[in-house]
Amino acid sequence: MNLKNLHVNLLALILIVLSGVICFYKVTELKLPLMPVEEADLWTVEAKVTYKASAGPSKVDLLLPKRVPGFIILDENFVSGRFGLTLENNTHNRIAQWAVRRPQGEQTLYYRMQLIPGEKENFKDKKVAYPEQEEYPEIMQTAVTALLEEVRSKSADIKTFTHELLLRLNAPTPNENVKLLRKDVVTPEAWVQRVISILHGARIPTRQVNLLMLVDGARHSKLVPWLQVHNGEQWLAFNPKTAESGFPDNSIIWYYGHKPLLEVEGGKASKVEFSVYKQSQGMAAVMQQRAGKINAGVMEFSLFNLPVQTQNVYRVLVMVPLGALLIVVLRNLVGFKTFGTFMPILIGMAFRETELLWGLFLFGVLIAFGLMIRFYLEYLRLLLVPRLAAVLIIVIILMTLLSLLTHKLGIDRGLSVALFPMVIIAMTIERMSLVWEEHGAAEALQQCAGSLLVASISFLIMTNALLEHLMFVFPELLFMLLAFTLLLGRYTGYRLTELWRFRSVIIKG
Amino acid sequence: MVWTNFLHPARHLRSLGLLGMNQRNGDYVLRYNQRRFYPLVDDKLRTKKLALSAGIAVPELYAVIEAEYQIANLPKLLEPYDEFVIKPAHGSGGEGIMIVKGRRKDSYQKLNGMLLSHEEVGHHISNILSGMYSLGGQPDAALIEYRVDFDPVFEHVSYQGVPDIRTIVFRGVPVMSMLRLPTRQSDGKANLHQGAIGVGINFANGHTTGGVWRDDLIEIHPDSGYSIYDLAIPGWEDILLLSASCQELVSLGYIGVDIVLDSKLGPLMLEINARPGLSIQLANRKGLLPRLERIEKIKTIPTSPAERVALAKEIYLQC
Repeated sequence: MNLKNLHVNLLALILIVLSGVICFYKVTELKLPLMPVEEADLWTVEAKVTYKASAGPSKVDLLLPKRVPGFIILDENFVSGRFGLTLENNTHNRIAQWAVRRPQGEQTLYYRMQLIPGEKENFKDKKVAYPEQEEYPEIMQTAVTALLEEVRSKSADIKTFTHELLLRLNAPTPNENVKLLRKDVVTPEAWVQRVISILHGARIPTRQVNLLMLVDGARHSKLVPWLQVHNGEQWLAFNPKTAESGFPDNSIIWYYGHKPLLEVEGGKASKVEFSVYKQSQGMAAVMQQRAGKINAGVMEFSLFNLPVQTQNVYRVLVMVPLGALLIVVLRNLVGFKTFGTFMPILIGMAFRETELLWGLFLFGVLIAFGLMIRFYLEYLRLLLVPRLAAVLIIVIILMTLLSLLTHKLGIDRGLSVALFPMVIIAMTIERMSLVWEEHGAAEALQQCAGSLLVASISFLIMTNALLEHLMFVFPELLFMLLAFTLLLGRYTGYRLTELWRFRSVIIKG
Repeated sequence: MVWTNFLHPARHLRSLGLLGMNQRNGDYVLRYNQRRFYPLVDDKLRTKKLALSAGIAVPELYAVIEAEYQIANLPKLLEPYDEFVIKPAHGSGGEGIMIVKGRRKDSYQKLNGMLLSHEEVGHHISNILSGMYSLGGQPDAALIEYRVDFDPVFEHVSYQGVPDIRTIVFRGVPVMSMLRLPTRQSDGKANLHQGAIGVGINFANGHTTGGVWRDDLIEIHPDSGYSIYDLAIPGWEDILLLSASCQELVSLGYIGVDIVLDSKLGPLMLEINARPGLSIQLANRKGLLPRLERIEKIKTIPTSPAERVALAKEIYLQC
């Protein structure tokens, strides 16, 4: 016996130490949060390049951001198919170069990145050179000079100068000069280039930046060209259409300059489309990914690597062992009587759908009606299995009626009953009616109340945000739970209820 | 009453040698009862057959009903018998047992006087067959057997039903016994958790000591008012011997043997339980642990039941 105890104790010790060490490492080294933290927006941006390949090799150049001010690039990946991929850096942008020798027909390439809001980095721009005086065509020269003169007289610095200039250029009732300057401009890009060339006339350093609007659910979206002027200290942004200064909210700079975003050699009908979507993700997941960059080995086994849908299942599943441990404690240390061993956990999990009070109410109503009908069935003298099936069908009919009724009354909660475990309810009704008949109503109600109490406690434990966070971020705690369960499996002391059961002995001495 | 008993109730119970549920399961049932022998005691039909082949006295088996269609044949099957007991082969805790004490024309009379039709008896058997009383709802068989005509010595202290004697036998050595008396509350059943009385028995002479009913220590039967103290149990030696010899029968180390006293046939073995309850300690006002630990220390247990009974008495006198 002692050898067996030693064995169990050693095993438990190993499990506890193992899970303790992993947890400690994750908390201290990988800085995973012990407390549940707020949600963060996780933006996924996808650029989809499509083109029709012509005969011969083709080369695709796509401009990509180097860094995204105000955001942290968590993850990025390329879907290149048979294409070879090289990444190149220039001053402001990165260039993804895909190449393939013999493409055929329609080609699709993807670039995807994930962003979370981060700190605005304030990096100083290098000194910018003043642009050369622009040469304008004969007709435009006078118009530009006149406009610049007018604006200069009404502005104090580069910022107000640009603002005034843009206001005039975009005026709803333009004068002759502006009309002339607006001529032949079709695309937004061309307009920005026109503004830039006019500003160069005043020898103001300018550049075009191309913005991507982060709009959740956006598909087929395109970059928006924007204007930046340098005032000797920093770059100022202006909306080239409205003269408003600054960038719009939730926009990121995809690339700098006026070069085309996409260049394709050996193909036609090429285009880039962006799609954007937002997920609210726990900071935990985000930090988890960050931790993965520190030590990929440990994080390989993180539950965050699973698809989101599977993650959600595991969020519930990793809580079940806590419920099981609770049952062990309540039954073997306290001595609770319940219907079935793990049935209370299942009821507790069902409460997740309905919330506690409503769940208890539904459970009570279903059991009460079910019992009444069950007693009537007893009178019909049915065989056991058909009788159980009949109770199950009746439970489902009752649930349907309840849902319809609550829906009519405008209580949405009634609908959440759908996932209530009807088989468990049917079994509960059957067992309860047996206990009722053989040991009386008091015993049956007592066991029912006991089951519901345990179910409620297990619900509260299994839905505790802190525990859920801990179990999901540190799944190695399962080893610790296993260790406790093993230790309890060798607990041969008295149960709490036995102290009461043997009270007559205690009183008599 | 010592108030410090309430301060450390667990320590106090331990010092009295009371066996708890966890320890019974962990240290005795799990260790001494091998799972593969459980079917021998869980199936009362197999226990009965084993006992018969070993020459152990059991109530006579009238019929076994294993399939639904046999129920139609019930009137014919029961024809020769006025009294009988119907029980599930895999029942536990005395559940599903129906005792018929006589007939009135076409109907049977239950122990409490209620009359039952053939159909009602058939429904009860059908419930048994579909596994209503068996562990895990497994399909079951119904046994119809001799109704024990219990010894008149217990007439005043049992309310209907059949009193029986439960003995815990550890490694073949009887450890503790109690007399179980049905009450009005237990509906003629002899199971303590159903409301029967447990009465302690002095191993040395077979006389009853005080009893326990619903966790309360008592001296008189709550229904009849007769004293349950110092009753002499007839054939006590035989009962001990019978209990001791049941160990070889089922190869289980820790069992509870239930024996009834028939007025004509003497002690009959009713059933063997592989997970006997703990209330026997309350009935005897003694813990099982000291005796169990002593028996555990013995290296070789005598092979003959008579020697084991002698050993049991010796241990009884010491703890």
